[in-house]
Amino acid sequence: MKKRQRLIMRSVILVVIALALGYTLYNTVFNDKKEPVKAGDTAPNFALEDLEGNQVELKDYKGKGVFLNFWGTYCPPCEKEMPAIQRQYDKYKDQGVVVLAVDIAEPKFTVEKFVKQKNLTFPILLDQQREVVEEYGVGNLPATYLISPEGKVVDKITGELNDTLVRNYMEKIKP
Amino acid sequence: MDKVKCDCGHLNPYGTIICEACGKPIQEESPEKLLNMRYEGTARRSQTYNTNVVDKIWNFFSSVKVGVWLIVITLIASAIGTIFPQQMYIPPTANPAAYYEKEYGMLGEIYYILGFHNLYSSWWFVLLLGLIGVSITVASIDRGVPLFRSLRNQRVAKHDNFLKKQRMFAVSKRPEDEEQFMEEILFRLKEKRYRVRREDNSILAEKGRFSRWGPYVNHVGLIIFLLGSMLRIVPGLYLDEDMWIREGETKAIKGTDQEYYLKHDKFTFEVYDKKEERFSEALNRVQQPVPKNYQSDVTLYKADEKLPGAKPDLSEVKDYSIQVNKPLEFDGYSLYQVDYRQEMRYMHFELQNAETEEAVGSFSVDLLNPKDDFDLGDGNRVELEGYYPDFYFDKETKKPATKTNIPNNPAFIFKMFTPETPEGEVAFIGIRQNLDPSGDNQYKVAFNGIDTEFITGLTVKKDYTLPIILIGGIIFMIGVVQGLYWNHRRVWVKVKEEDVWMAAHTNKNWHGIRRELDDITVKLNMKQLVDQQEESKKA
Repeated sequence: MKKRQRLIMRSVILVVIALALGYTLYNTVFNDKKEPVKAGDTAPNFALEDLEGNQVELKDYKGKGVFLNFWGTYCPPCEKEMPAIQRQYDKYKDQGVVVLAVDIAEPKFTVEKFVKQKNLTFPILLDQQREVVEEYGVGNLPATYLISPEGKVVDKITGELNDTLVRNYMEKIKP
Repeated sequence: MDKVKCDCGHLNPYGTIICEACGKPIQEESPEKLLNMRYEGTARRSQTYNTNVVDKIWNFFSSVKVGVWLIVITLIASAIGTIFPQQMYIPPTANPAAYYEKEYGMLGEIYYILGFHNLYSSWWFVLLLGLIGVSITVASIDRGVPLFRSLRNQRVAKHDNFLKKQRMFAVSKRPEDEEQFMEEILFRLKEKRYRVRREDNSILAEKGRFSRWGPYVNHVGLIIFLLGSMLRIVPGLYLDEDMWIREGETKAIKGTDQEYYLKHDKFTFEVYDKKEERFSEALNRVQQPVPKNYQSDVTLYKADEKLPGAKPDLSEVKDYSIQVNKPLEFDGYSLYQVDYRQEMRYMHFELQNAETEEAVGSFSVDLLNPKDDFDLGDGNRVELEGYYPDFYFDKETKKPATKTNIPNNPAFIFKMFTPETPEGEVAFIGIRQNLDPSGDNQYKVAFNGIDTEFITGLTVKKDYTLPIILIGGIIFMIGVVQGLYWNHRRVWVKVKEEDVWMAAHTNKNWHGIRRELDDITVKLNMKQLVDQQEESKKA
């Protein structure tokens, strides 16, 4: 029947256009090339050098809770929360929690001075090329990712932390 | 909806204005003197049926009015998008939410909230473009198909009322020898390059029909164009990224997912030489240096797959000198020279006796990666105690601090050791600042020049959509030319019992067809065709 044919033709044309338009719109709205890492995701593995020049991989800490902190010496709240993290790290390091503090693209000299001044003992990693920062889609500093012993991101926290908060978070990821 | 039966027996679809077969106007008693020949008086399909949702959507988009409104809205939005700068042109560090309000007040805030700051990739702008695409497609199918069908099926003999109601019309005396007259008029029409058909005592002469397809060809081009720009969003087809590389630095090329690395070996900036005779006059006139060459000598590397952050395993691909409009091309990517910057890299200092200013030794600090210990020989030594690349004094902690990690305003704390001062003395050095915190230092660190370094600004481009957009553009232009430079002209001749009727129609350039037919009517001793529209205007 002619009428039926016409309906099918029109429907097909409209559906094809709607699909193309829908795809375009979807990509326009969500055009971030990489989705930022969020709670529930598997934490992307990375390899960075520490201050001694050793390569550290996230994978090496499987089985431990990883408190992954992104920071810079130019960020005052990062500076303020460091002592709290150090104090809690001292308590939790024997319970299988490790702190990885990733400094974002600063000279080694600056980082070393800072670490010496604050007496930090956990591994400090240098992300000179900002590759890990981009991979995680970090955003505002300080940013902390809580990674479970299984390698899953439990939570992402942005903003300054204090002793109570750090303790609660370490409690969460302790194996 | 019923079909409409014409006197000639042909069944026309509902909505038809002129019978598809014989050309008789369906609404016989129409007060209009002339026929509306648009789309050959066929029933536009959308007007005909309006039963279900699909038909309703179809009808909505087939309306030219809707299409024009969509275009007008898009144009107005595009214009508004140019009032304040787009997000990509505001300082990259600024928070857009705050920036627009601060710079442009309440209007700026509204601008931001409505998404005008990122207009051309906002969802509603893309939606508008998409709807224009739908409108073009549907409206073209809705009009083009019936028009094509009716022109292909047109008959030679038309109804009297069809001829009478054409804009160009005349009634002449019946010739004595009908056969001879027919032969002659056919010959004259052919001479004017008409394609002629004869049926008994009726003639249809036609030329330039393909100019009627101009608008549809044009629309096909537009749709291909829209499709091409839509494909830019598909990952891997389009890339446009900026990157900065210092001299000596090796960096992953943006947008290649760390597959390619680029080392910037050397930057060259040259100006035209005033001493060269050919240029001297012109150069003296402009009074300022005229750039001759911006060039980045680079080495391209390919890297194996690796973890984020890990050192790449690089293998060299090629050396190249990128100049303006002479991009480095590889694997579908092009690297263009677009910008450059000069930044402080090394600061030179002298350790001096505070009183005599006699130099004891000199050293340089790398502002991006400073050493912490400088041995100046003879027991003289300087230690870097603190480094603040973007110095400010933090009033809260009462300590020097840094705003960012970029060396915009570097400041240093040095500890100086000499055989006379083995305990060490502390000095604070910043740009135009040289502080002696203790006030009785025997030695001082004096600023002794800087080395700057070039940073080249490159754009990484990849565009597989360009050929599609180009093809779309070409088809668009072909359509325009086809519709503008050719006319679809038709002439109908009907020899009746008492007289000869002649009518003509063209889609544009009525003056042209009149001149053409005047020539024929004069030669055949017929009545000149009258422009009935002009006549009625005069009346």
